[in-house]
Amino acid sequence: MFSNLANLFRYRGLIQSLVARELKARYRGSVLGFFWSFINPLLLLSIYTFVFTTILPNQNKIAQPYALFMFCGILPWNWFATSLLEASNALVAGGNLIKKVLFPAEILPLVNVLANMVHFFLGLTILAAFVIAYRHWPDPAGLAWFPVAVLVQLIFTAALALFFSALTVHFRDIRDLLSNLLMFWFFATPIIYPWLDSNVIAYRRLFDLNPFTHLAVSYQEILFFPGSVGHWKWLVALGGVSVVLFLGAYWFFDRLRDSFAEAV
Amino acid sequence: MNAIELTNVSKIYRRYSGRQFSTLKSALLQRSLLQNLRPNEVFPALTDVSFAVRRGVTYGVIGKNGSGKSTALKLVAGITKPTTGTVKVEGRISALIELGAGFHPEISGRENVFINGIMLGLTKREVQERFDEIVDFAELREFIDAPVKTYSSGMYMRLGFAVAIHVNPDVLLVDEVLAVGDEGFTHKCLDKFGEFRRRGKTILLVTHSLPLVERFCDEALWLDQGHAMTHGDPKRVVDAYLTKVEEGESELLATSKARAVEDADRDGQERQERQERQEGQEGQEGNDGQQAPSSPDQSRRVEGRWGSREVEIVDVTFFDKDNQPSFVFHTGDPVSIRLKLHAAHPTDDFVFGIAIFNPDGVCCYGTNTEREDMEPVRLAGDAEVTFAIDSLALVDGTYKVDVAVHKRDGFPYDYHRLLYTFRMKSRSRDVGIYRPHHEWRFSGDVQFKS
Repeated sequence: MFSNLANLFRYRGLIQSLVARELKARYRGSVLGFFWSFINPLLLLSIYTFVFTTILPNQNKIAQPYALFMFCGILPWNWFATSLLEASNALVAGGNLIKKVLFPAEILPLVNVLANMVHFFLGLTILAAFVIAYRHWPDPAGLAWFPVAVLVQLIFTAALALFFSALTVHFRDIRDLLSNLLMFWFFATPIIYPWLDSNVIAYRRLFDLNPFTHLAVSYQEILFFPGSVGHWKWLVALGGVSVVLFLGAYWFFDRLRDSFAEAV
Repeated sequence: MNAIELTNVSKIYRRYSGRQFSTLKSALLQRSLLQNLRPNEVFPALTDVSFAVRRGVTYGVIGKNGSGKSTALKLVAGITKPTTGTVKVEGRISALIELGAGFHPEISGRENVFINGIMLGLTKREVQERFDEIVDFAELREFIDAPVKTYSSGMYMRLGFAVAIHVNPDVLLVDEVLAVGDEGFTHKCLDKFGEFRRRGKTILLVTHSLPLVERFCDEALWLDQGHAMTHGDPKRVVDAYLTKVEEGESELLATSKARAVEDADRDGQERQERQERQEGQEGQEGNDGQQAPSSPDQSRRVEGRWGSREVEIVDVTFFDKDNQPSFVFHTGDPVSIRLKLHAAHPTDDFVFGIAIFNPDGVCCYGTNTEREDMEPVRLAGDAEVTFAIDSLALVDGTYKVDVAVHKRDGFPYDYHRLLYTFRMKSRSRDVGIYRPHHEWRFSGDVQFKS
């Protein structure tokens, strides 16, 4: 297993090219091309902003300006959710490679995670534009935690991507199951409502069990809320858990590896 | 020094039967998730196969479809792992298993070359260095920046082949890729393989093309149902394989013969019953049976059997040069056709006839004892008739045979039309119907490679 992990490092050139290909191929043939990476989150954000500031106005004082608050949670969530949905299908879609080319299969789900990370980074520029527009400056000291949060999310997402991609080879229903699970998960995470809301605090124990709570809250504290990043302990703990999860998922993936060429 | 070494390799494919319809939900409900991931049916693709390929040798693997050839290749490539045994490969491998596997249709040929090359184990710089060579080999210079989805399948394959061959492997694995592509491309591939051989690379070639194995390989292996049957000199291995194929064909023809005779019998009986009924209704009218049409239209000839059966053909068997029953013969071999007869009553009016038809329905040869001026005197009880041919010089193909016993005026005792089939095999690719015994003579400055 560890030799395979080391192999993964050797294939970094391939991962790099595949991520680049993924990004290029996605918008090939569309008029706006790469701009979709900006337009998609922008449109999403406009809808949410309209709904939650005009139709169902969110009166919570701590979460103002609301659009900016929500964007801090939705961007990482999109990275997470889209990665998992794509990764769960990665091995089945890339069956040709697994069957015909000597090729470490785990690259395929990881490429999905990384390509979506790039989209996440592109979305950050929209976020930056909003920050400037609202003149709602984040705490510069807190920004130091931003790379940590990204790294933790990367490991956490990669772990789940590996696990679901391997399982989908044998159970194709995972794809549908996952999209429903993610819908539930989205609303169970303090993204469109603030973590410090009095209604939320009552269920805090339950929220603590949701790993993505800690990521979302960390991003919000880093990018939105003034003051220091009080959630950093949770973030570091989640980082530790994610590493364990990743090793576990990798082990699981490795166990099933030989069945891929036959089952996809 | 062995480049490839397989020692007691077995590969058992697991079939997860029933899993197709089981879903995660039912797996969880029945707590059988792990059981479902465990195989419950196995299929041995390779059984205890050992072979070694020395460095620089071109090694051919032949066998029927499903004999485990491709599995062996995938094991060598490392795409699948053996269930038991060890696979050792020295040096960089490039597998031409499916050309252009992993090409992304939306992006350009150029980008695909890079990604494919890296996938096959090159670094970015190495691809860069070989890029021009690859594109020239694929003859795609003008199209290299177009998306691959706009390529024709030939262009697609050429590019895939070009990349794979420029990986500059020490061991090249080739799976039947030459079967696709046009004549020119095939030649180009073969030239490239030749160049590899000269440079002392090892090639493992899986193919159905036996001439290619004979011409091109230094050694060969014959796999049958996952077992290594024989390996060594390609000519010998190919011959052994062909013999086995003929046996298989022979068996097939034997069963088809049994079926044809049975069907014809049933049809004949039905026809007779129908006629008896008719006769019962219409009273006795002169009708001397279903006489064979005097000049049968070849294209409308159908299989069948008819006759009064006063003399019955009980069995028809073909014999080969060793006097063994067979259905497959080589052009020029002696062949005998033996009829077993039973005459219910002694008779002095009988003619034996035989005719051979090629697949187009052309009568290659037909004769009977009447035409050869043989006066019948007596036929009674059980008898055997053998029609012995010294040298059956028909070209490659499947032939059908008529046999008949009838009266001198044509009234049929037992007429078997096209019920018997045999196969002619020929190693030369001559055409036509019949191969005259011949030789080529030359004078002057004419030379052939011997």
